[in-house]
Amino acid sequence: MIKDLKLLDVHKIRKDFPILHTTVHGKPLVYFDNAATTQKPLCVIQKEEEYYKTLNSNIHRGVHSLSQKATTAYEQAREKVLRFINASRLSEIIITKGTTDSINLVASSFGKKFIKEGDEIIISHLEHHSNIVPWQLLCEEKKAVLKVIPINDKGEIIFEAFEKLISEKTKFISVVYVSNSLGTVNPVKEIIQLAHSKNIPVLIDAAQAIQHFKIDVQGLDCDFLAFSGHKLYAPTGVGILYGKEKYLEDMPPYQGGGDMIESVTFEKTTYNSLPYKFEAGTPNIAGVIGMGMAIDYLNELGMDLISSYEKDLFEYANAKLSAVEKLKPIGTADQKLSVFSFMLEGIHPHDIGTILDFDGIAIRTGHHCTQPVMQRFGIPATARISISFYNTKEEIDFTADALKKVFEVFG
Amino acid sequence: MDSELRELYQQVILDHNKSPRNFKKLEDANHHAEGHNPLCGDHLDVYLQLENDVVKDISFIGNGCAISKSSASLMTAIVKGKTKEEAEHLFEKFHDLVTGNLKDANEIEALGKLAVFQGVQEFPARVKCASLAWHTLHNALNNKEEKISTE
Ligand SMILES: Cc1ncc(COP(=O)(O)O)c(C=O)c1O
Repeated sequence: MIKDLKLLDVHKIRKDFPILHTTVHGKPLVYFDNAATTQKPLCVIQKEEEYYKTLNSNIHRGVHSLSQKATTAYEQAREKVLRFINASRLSEIIITKGTTDSINLVASSFGKKFIKEGDEIIISHLEHHSNIVPWQLLCEEKKAVLKVIPINDKGEIIFEAFEKLISEKTKFISVVYVSNSLGTVNPVKEIIQLAHSKNIPVLIDAAQAIQHFKIDVQGLDCDFLAFSGHKLYAPTGVGILYGKEKYLEDMPPYQGGGDMIESVTFEKTTYNSLPYKFEAGTPNIAGVIGMGMAIDYLNELGMDLISSYEKDLFEYANAKLSAVEKLKPIGTADQKLSVFSFMLEGIHPHDIGTILDFDGIAIRTGHHCTQPVMQRFGIPATARISISFYNTKEEIDFTADALKKVFEVFG
Repeated sequence: MDSELRELYQQVILDHNKSPRNFKKLEDANHHAEGHNPLCGDHLDVYLQLENDVVKDISFIGNGCAISKSSASLMTAIVKGKTKEEAEHLFEKFHDLVTGNLKDANEIEALGKLAVFQGVQEFPARVKCASLAWHTLHNALNNKEEKISTE
């Protein structure tokens, strides 16, 4: 296969990202906080600017040309998302503010209609707070019960425990595809299959998956999929909820307002069709169009090439960083990508973060909005390096050396 | 090594981080407060034995970065024997110091060893680390309900 011979030209790619050519404390920026948010290619930045310069107007609301053009551009972005995740109907692509918004939409709307006292909802121990708290709020309101799939010492979910947790009472399952604090890739396909054998719908939090490999919602057969634009090289404040029509149709609106209605009288309001039923108010139009551009950019590079480049870089990083003396990786799942979480013996992650920052290296330190994961490992925080396809082996080498310097500071 | 970094991680700070003073639970404490920085997961408990508004004894336990741990350690060393009012005054001055609002050289000198935290002002992200212990002390001083039982 000829395609396999193609490689990403990282040095060429880096030219597409203006921020990668800036400096921090006088050193070239080494950006390793990609799990928090990704940098934006110039084409995305320009697309947003172009929108404000040439298309700005409200969508779905005007007969004038500008509004129609903006609406077309906005709806084209929806079509790009549809093809990107291989969905089959535009009615199933709901534009949101991000992963958090998408999950809250489902917890609130699905929960309102379908969750009753005594029902059970299953999540995993690996979840980001945004896939914990909305379910806790729902369970509190409905007197339902939240069940948590445990993880082992490597940071992998224990599948047999999941099998035991599922029962007649289970009404919903919501799990993360790739853990943002450990990098663990969950066996979501197996989870979905087992859930479907008992007619339980499953939401996949793909916030840390969508930017790293091709996702096919039909192949996966998930019932809902949530992700954020800003982790997909697109602007902040936009995201996606994919949902199967059979559920979305029966779910009540999440928020009320403009765009989501068909007709309003004080006696009775009827709702717009999908996906608009779930899109109340004026959205981040420029951001959504920017997300469409980001998807074009990723398609141009090729998701398969991105995956293989990142896999190779991650293996390199894993080996190189694990070899740093007194460094302990946190989370050693067999299936793992992009995220390398670690501790340095006797040194708090914050201090590591500050010292690396002096070399221009941006990493995340803290609990990564996954406090239960930290509790599971008995640590308050980790230092986290998360990679993207614009990172290089040289940057990994530079970081490994900088980590040795941390010990010099602490003497 | 960068001088700003050295300025932040001074020997005194590294020393107190490595061997924090008064790092234990005070069994006969009559005031206690818990401090938490949700952003980074830093967590500490300050224990006080307050008699007639004088800090007879003080201790802390907890988990945090070098800045927060050494700040707590130095704080306990300096506050011991001080009145509540003096302690609150020091907190105010300390806060001014780490936020870059204490400019007067005499005032800085009057802070004694606490002056080593002057470097923190160059690191806005770390101001919270340096002041967590002091906020917790402030709560403990004013927090009679949180008295921990000693029976
Ligand atoms: C796994 C995971 N889920 C959900 C979120 C929340 O995403 P957002 O803050 O963009 O809504 C994040 C972001 O950190 C994440 O990593």
